[in-house]
Amino acid sequence: MPNTKYGLTKRFHFLNKYFQNGLSSLHQNTPRLREILCVLVEMAAQPSDTLATLKTESETLKTKLEEERAKLHDVELHQVAEKIEALGQFVMKTRRALKGHGNKVLCLDWCKDKRRIVSSSQDGKVIVWDAFTTNKEHAVTMPCTWVMACAYAPSGCAVACGGLDNKCSVYPLSLDKNENLAAKKKSVAMHTNYLSACCFTNSDMQILTSSGDGTCALWDVESGQMLQSFHGHAADVLCLDLAPSETGNTFVSGVGTDISRNVYLKTSLITCKQCRLYDLRADREVAIYSKESIIFGASSVDFSLSGRLLFGGYNDYTINVWDVLKGTRVSILFGHENRVSTLRVSPDGTAFCSGSWDHTLRIWA
Amino acid sequence: MSNNNASSSSVAVAQKAVKQLRLEAKIRRINVSQAATDLKNFCLQNAHKDPLLLGVPSSDNPFRPPKSCGLL
Repeated sequence: MPNTKYGLTKRFHFLNKYFQNGLSSLHQNTPRLREILCVLVEMAAQPSDTLATLKTESETLKTKLEEERAKLHDVELHQVAEKIEALGQFVMKTRRALKGHGNKVLCLDWCKDKRRIVSSSQDGKVIVWDAFTTNKEHAVTMPCTWVMACAYAPSGCAVACGGLDNKCSVYPLSLDKNENLAAKKKSVAMHTNYLSACCFTNSDMQILTSSGDGTCALWDVESGQMLQSFHGHAADVLCLDLAPSETGNTFVSGVGTDISRNVYLKTSLITCKQCRLYDLRADREVAIYSKESIIFGASSVDFSLSGRLLFGGYNDYTINVWDVLKGTRVSILFGHENRVSTLRVSPDGTAFCSGSWDHTLRIWA
Repeated sequence: MSNNNASSSSVAVAQKAVKQLRLEAKIRRINVSQAATDLKNFCLQNAHKDPLLLGVPSSDNPFRPPKSCGLL
């Protein structure tokens, strides 16, 4: 308390001096006056910054935000899309089944070559597949179970993974299949809780991670140094996705998010029993994809190349395909024998891969 | 003393939250109609480039090994 008093007195003294100087030269020195006003405003704001006033202000702001968002809801997405042609019959089949994991498949990522896939499993294995031939090209055994995150480097020369070890490790891939990958392992990121997701930015040199410790962070792969950390979530961050722009400086994190390829709209999606489509520019939800018959949640989503189709991997073992604009279900795909835990459309948009708790991955086209 | 510290840190947290909210309040928002129209236009403009939308005929299925693979 004495400190504050001292601070205030000092400030007043300073202000007085400022005032005298300022007032005496008021007519020829307006910037000085502005400065004085600034100090006065600051003075007025400072003492009122008590917990109670801050709480009131935050409540007011929250209400205001809700009102603002509600005002924007002038039409439904499906009404805007009413006149456009409905999608034709939709046929997709399992073209490949990748078998080899000894437990639930938790995560997968495509290589930019549209052919290789990396997947991670609860058994602690990370496998690099040739999806065309269904051969396993590399297999890494992690020092932990529940490898919840894996990612392919943009160059296709490395994979990153992590999970209950709280780390994100990068393994360079070599052509020599007999080489021990674990020997070249590089620990890049370190969190204080499990690693939930990771993805490379547009280069092999940087990696973005999210964790159960409630933070996201950007890391330099070479040095393992943290470049930037992102706070804001009150609980576990479960996933993240990078906006598909050249600069790649926007990302979404949350409890089941997937940014669409819709670059400038920066539309993101959060899942539960319903899939919801949010538009960042409208700062609110613009569509919900649900059916009364769907009683299980979706745990993974992805968009087709144009953003028109939304694929959802559900906990009832099915994959639902939605028309994003009309909000209707286009198709249901059956094949997996347990929860569909992860789903990714291939980089060229010609196929998608799903991973499941039934230990397998399936390629659909 | 520790009590004082705790209260000052909770004030700091509240100040940070208010600052964030003020920032969010300042965001310029667009109407859902605008967002929906843009979404629609984006999807339609890119529809001709979306293989899954056009349907992949099974004879032309990209998930058959490409020719280079046949050589291996």
